[in-house]
Amino acid sequence: MFDRLTERLDAALKKMTGRGKIREADVDEAMREVRRALLEADVHFKVARSFIAAVRERAVGKEVLSSVTPAQQVVKIVHDELTELLGRETEGLAKASDGPTVIMVIGLQGSGKTTSAAKLALRLKKAGGTPLLAAADVKRPAAVEQLRTLGEQIDVPVHFESAKSKPEHIARNALDKARKDKHSAVIVDTAGRIQLDEELMEEVRRMGKLTKPDEVLFVADAMTGQEAVNVAAEFHERVPLTGLILTKMDGDARGGAALSIRAVTGVPVKFLAQGEKVEPLEVFHPDRLASRILGMGDVVTLVEQAQEVIDEETAQRLEEKIRQASFDLNDFLEQFNQIKKMGSLSSMMGMVPGMGKLAKNPEVREALTDKNIGRTEAIILSMTPAERARPELIDGSRRRRIAAGSGTEPSDVNQLLNQFKQMQKVMKMLSSGRMPNVPGMGGMFG
Amino acid sequence: MLNRLKNRFRGKSVEEGTEKSRRGFGSRIAAVFTRSSIGDDDWEELEDLLITGDVGPEFALDIVTRLRQQVKDEGIKTPDAMLAAMQTLLIEALDAGSGELAGGHGPTIVLVVGVNGSGKTTSIAKLAHSLKRAGLTSLLAAADTFRAGAIDQLKIWGDRLDQRVVAHQPGADPAAVVFDALGAATAAGVDYLIIDTAGRLQTNRNLMAELEKVVRVLNRADAGAPHEVLLVLDGLTGQNALSQARLFGEAVGVTGIILAKLDSSSKGGVVFPITEELAVPIKFVGTGESIDDLAVFDPTEFVEALLRRDE
Ligand SMILES: Nc1nc2c(ncn2[C@@H]2O[C@H](COP(=O)(O)OP(=O)(O)OP(=O)(O)O)[C@@H](O)[C@H]2O)c(=O)[nH]1
Ligand SMILES: [Mg+2]
Repeated sequence: MFDRLTERLDAALKKMTGRGKIREADVDEAMREVRRALLEADVHFKVARSFIAAVRERAVGKEVLSSVTPAQQVVKIVHDELTELLGRETEGLAKASDGPTVIMVIGLQGSGKTTSAAKLALRLKKAGGTPLLAAADVKRPAAVEQLRTLGEQIDVPVHFESAKSKPEHIARNALDKARKDKHSAVIVDTAGRIQLDEELMEEVRRMGKLTKPDEVLFVADAMTGQEAVNVAAEFHERVPLTGLILTKMDGDARGGAALSIRAVTGVPVKFLAQGEKVEPLEVFHPDRLASRILGMGDVVTLVEQAQEVIDEETAQRLEEKIRQASFDLNDFLEQFNQIKKMGSLSSMMGMVPGMGKLAKNPEVREALTDKNIGRTEAIILSMTPAERARPELIDGSRRRRIAAGSGTEPSDVNQLLNQFKQMQKVMKMLSSGRMPNVPGMGGMFG
Repeated sequence: MLNRLKNRFRGKSVEEGTEKSRRGFGSRIAAVFTRSSIGDDDWEELEDLLITGDVGPEFALDIVTRLRQQVKDEGIKTPDAMLAAMQTLLIEALDAGSGELAGGHGPTIVLVVGVNGSGKTTSIAKLAHSLKRAGLTSLLAAADTFRAGAIDQLKIWGDRLDQRVVAHQPGADPAAVVFDALGAATAAGVDYLIIDTAGRLQTNRNLMAELEKVVRVLNRADAGAPHEVLLVLDGLTGQNALSQARLFGEAVGVTGIILAKLDSSSKGGVVFPITEELAVPIKFVGTGESIDDLAVFDPTEFVEALLRRDE
């Protein structure tokens, strides 16, 4: 999934180093790789096609001709164009000129509307607002209970009615209540619907007519495939969308659907949602999503996720160390539990440039099991701090001592040390922006 | 078991249920074959068409390359013959062994897993309903103790279907729910125990470990259990479904797939690379939100419906 675009571009463009010039034919080959990356990320094939045509035009120009590292240059152009297309800047929410701001949350079944509505409420609340949630999904069993529970968790009131009420009336009544009680905003959660369902699409149109929302946010699952464009376009036709919330971004989905929707409807991505816990919705960074769609990895996101569990100071130090490649086994151990807390190591690896492919490797996955991680930890724990800082101190007798102390074989210790050396090498490359193919990294944690 | 189920299924067929989503797709593909001469551009167009069905760029290229070769080797000339050859290739890709639902274990334990919102709980309700219509009894376990309202959701379905639901409090240990449900199912002598689990992203190690624990609990009670681990995929999902199938498979050994939401406009083509790579059979498809909207999956029927031309 995270096949490295730059690696492939490198290969595609290798022939021209030394020639100093990129011919159209070279760009053709590079663009084939870009196309594949986009399609693997679920970007709609037509969007991918026109995007590539645009990039091609720029790439054949002088920018590339004068470049020293053609692959990087091409990636840069691709990345910039993609960022541009995703809408360079973050767009805020519209506000009602007077009275409560009405926000309608709509989308397909299971896309994450209810959780996103609660996350949005929390975001508004943290910014000093007094939102009201409205439970207008009376279709899915227990959807009302779900929203009520979430409302309770974040201490935001929820307007709800019986399952027999019509969704448009619930929305309308919620709006009246919000006016009366002077809420700053009302967020209407709606039932999931498929754009082919005429009856439900009419319903959502009526709801729009009746409540005149300031914001109509379309909730799109980051994992959506090629149909994303048709779905969003149809919704957009019924109730003009004002923004997109891209959900389930904590997984390994590349989120190409967002690009397709943006390109086809012009509706900007406004927020990203990660995780099931009700935490404020995150603002959207086009450049990061561009990296992710291209499978270029995203060190920024990686570091940010790390910050959730590691305090900022430690994280900065860690980042600095990775940059300088002075990350030693002491650091490794210190971060061990915290890294474990971040959840999936293999998904974290997916975000580090060049490590995505590695994380996919079955050997690596095996190595990342709890058992193997535990063994690695035991080996490092059996070393002295000095040994951890300078692994080259570890000779035969030290090795035997460490193995005995950790209940492993000297060869296991050796393996770990070799792999750590490889990892340091990778980090060095990483900080210099070049990624090699490193075999045998798989056993790093085993 | 499958045939028995199939015969007594009163739900829609795959074809009826997915009629809308198929519209246009088959005709566009057929149109490529009817051209007087088929060149590079046409083959590429065929590839693109397949990609719009979410089969992924790799599978699309692979299948078109094979088809091209076959057309050349066998001197296939007529559009109909080309279409037939492609149909065969696609059906073969979906051949992943028996699609029958396990049965006869007294109780047969079915664990239902998948990412958030894919359609697990609804599919369970539909499955229990189908089994009931086939004269088989089931008990449902509400092992999604995490998502707000999830227990209520399953209970509401249980009430509607008149099926017993074993549940604990929100936040309880899913493994404990499963353990209790297993006891209750055995005592009641039901044919099936169907376990609803919380949606989780396949990359979340902690939550995947929780699922592994549920499997261990079942395993300890009955070495053969769970007899089925059904992964529910959202039919609208693109290439990430591959990652889901791989990682859920590695963690808990998926034995079959339910492809939900095929009443959408999506073609669900990602099942091709999945079955080809992992050889896990698709067992059912979901075609709507009511209890009758579950159909037994049949590769030939699925591909034929996919390629059917509009009238
Ligand atoms: N149109 C359609 N909707 C479906 C289908 N299956 C499920 N849904 C809907 O999709 C939404 C999510 O379904 P659930 O069954 O709650 O999904 P889940 O996987 O249990 O969700 P979580 O437990 O939250 O992870 C609901 O609105 C369902 O009604 C289907 O085959 N077609
Ligand atoms: Mg559920």
